[in-house]
Amino acid sequence: MGFLALLVAIWAVASRSGDRFLFPGPDDVALALRDSVRSGLLPRAVLKSLARLAVGYSVSLVAGVGLGVALARVRWVKDTLGAVVLGLQAIPSVCWLPLALLWFGLGEMAIQVVVVLGSLLSITLATESAVNTIPPLLVRAARTMGATGGRLWLRVILPAALPGIVSGARLGWTFAWRSLLAGELLFISGGLGQVLELGRELHDMALVLGVMVVIVALGLASDHLLFGQLEARVRRAWGLDRA
Amino acid sequence: MEPLIALRGVTKSWGGAGSRLALSRVDLDIAEGEFVCLCGPSGCGKTTLLNLIAGLERPTRGEVTVRGAPVRGPGPERTVMFQESALFPWLSVQRNVEFPLEMAGVPRAERAARVERYLKMVHLWRTRDSHPHELSGGMKQRAAMARALVGEPSILLMDEPFAALDAQTRDVLHGELERIWLETRKTVVFVTHNVREAARLGDRVVMMGTRPGRITRDLAVKLARPREANDQDVTTLAGVIERELKIEIEKVIREELDDAWTPAGGGLPGAAGRDLGGGI
Repeated sequence: MGFLALLVAIWAVASRSGDRFLFPGPDDVALALRDSVRSGLLPRAVLKSLARLAVGYSVSLVAGVGLGVALARVRWVKDTLGAVVLGLQAIPSVCWLPLALLWFGLGEMAIQVVVVLGSLLSITLATESAVNTIPPLLVRAARTMGATGGRLWLRVILPAALPGIVSGARLGWTFAWRSLLAGELLFISGGLGQVLELGRELHDMALVLGVMVVIVALGLASDHLLFGQLEARVRRAWGLDRA
Repeated sequence: MEPLIALRGVTKSWGGAGSRLALSRVDLDIAEGEFVCLCGPSGCGKTTLLNLIAGLERPTRGEVTVRGAPVRGPGPERTVMFQESALFPWLSVQRNVEFPLEMAGVPRAERAARVERYLKMVHLWRTRDSHPHELSGGMKQRAAMARALVGEPSILLMDEPFAALDAQTRDVLHGELERIWLETRKTVVFVTHNVREAARLGDRVVMMGTRPGRITRDLAVKLARPREANDQDVTTLAGVIERELKIEIEKVIREELDDAWTPAGGGLPGAAGRDLGGGI
């Protein structure tokens, strides 16, 4: 906290000594944020972005865990889709946007495609490696106790892989968030990314910086509150971190 | 009497052509209620033999039967304890011990009573809500023992269950295992490379040799129970087993190390005193 205050102070001093128009100070940014909250522009944009994120991320999470499990355990899936998944990892998510726009038009579907493709693969790969690295002894022991088929999966393999899956889900969340903003920035659709683009068009540097501050704050808050807590709890319960 | 467990001409090889023989034509009968120790150097196939009885592996040739029926996979009448506890880290001790009963479809009320009985038997009832990572190595193996016993199997298969423990804890657990065995009269197959452990626990010590894995000697142990690790008879018997196994152990070391290694003199088989006490 003290360090954060120091950064803001340096920012304030630096902006005073430079071009206020291109490099507004924290006070200007705070004013711009207040105005955009009052006009309803910012709250609407935040809600819209978060709603999109919730939808796209949920799809990614379910599909990514499912695909990861299949890659880890089903031979022919690994042989066919394994290389495809790795190859697609090379495409930055926003590069899917032109394709998505042509296929699905200027709509929600196009932006969701970008969000899902941006986060799905990292969740898939993390799940695959989590399932592949569970101790074989646990599975052997479970088999001697009569766990087979679906019960072996639900009661042993998935719980054993959970810490790795949660880490992958956390990574996927940040990728989904980045993909969403990149997508929103590039095509007019409401949401935080568009407010950022609006700020550029109006030459409103204070608004641009303000939105960036909001993006950082939302990213930190969701990562810390949602996943930080969850991951810490899982790791403690599994005995991976000593409390 | 028909043996409880019977191995007939059991051969196990790893890999395809040019493969290594883990076990070569092993015949072994184990009677109901017997405590059999399988003892031998690393690579003699003693763990493989246990896994074949457990149904975790299938023989390449030959047959493993339990009560006359061929073993086709793991089953609830044969439970296994490993060198590591293999407890599920996300479950409490109580839930871990309950797990095999859940898999067997035992009703909830009966599960609770059985879990309590076996946790008390291994003296872990007070720590039932702890998670495995909060337990010491000895406590983990106690929990694993309760988990192996709770389904009331007729056969308990143990794969060096105390090898990773310190000597004092191991001594205590030997006593506990002997007590529980005297109470429950399970058939126990206990794999170990520790000759003193074999002499301390077994009714029978089956010694194994390597390349290929095979049984070299089957020794009946007629010592009174309960035994102590420092009983003179146990120590003497351990010495006998050790001398028997030494030639096999040296074979392994010679293959693993450079040519220059030579065995220390003295304890070679054939030396005087080799059979001391062996036939009792």
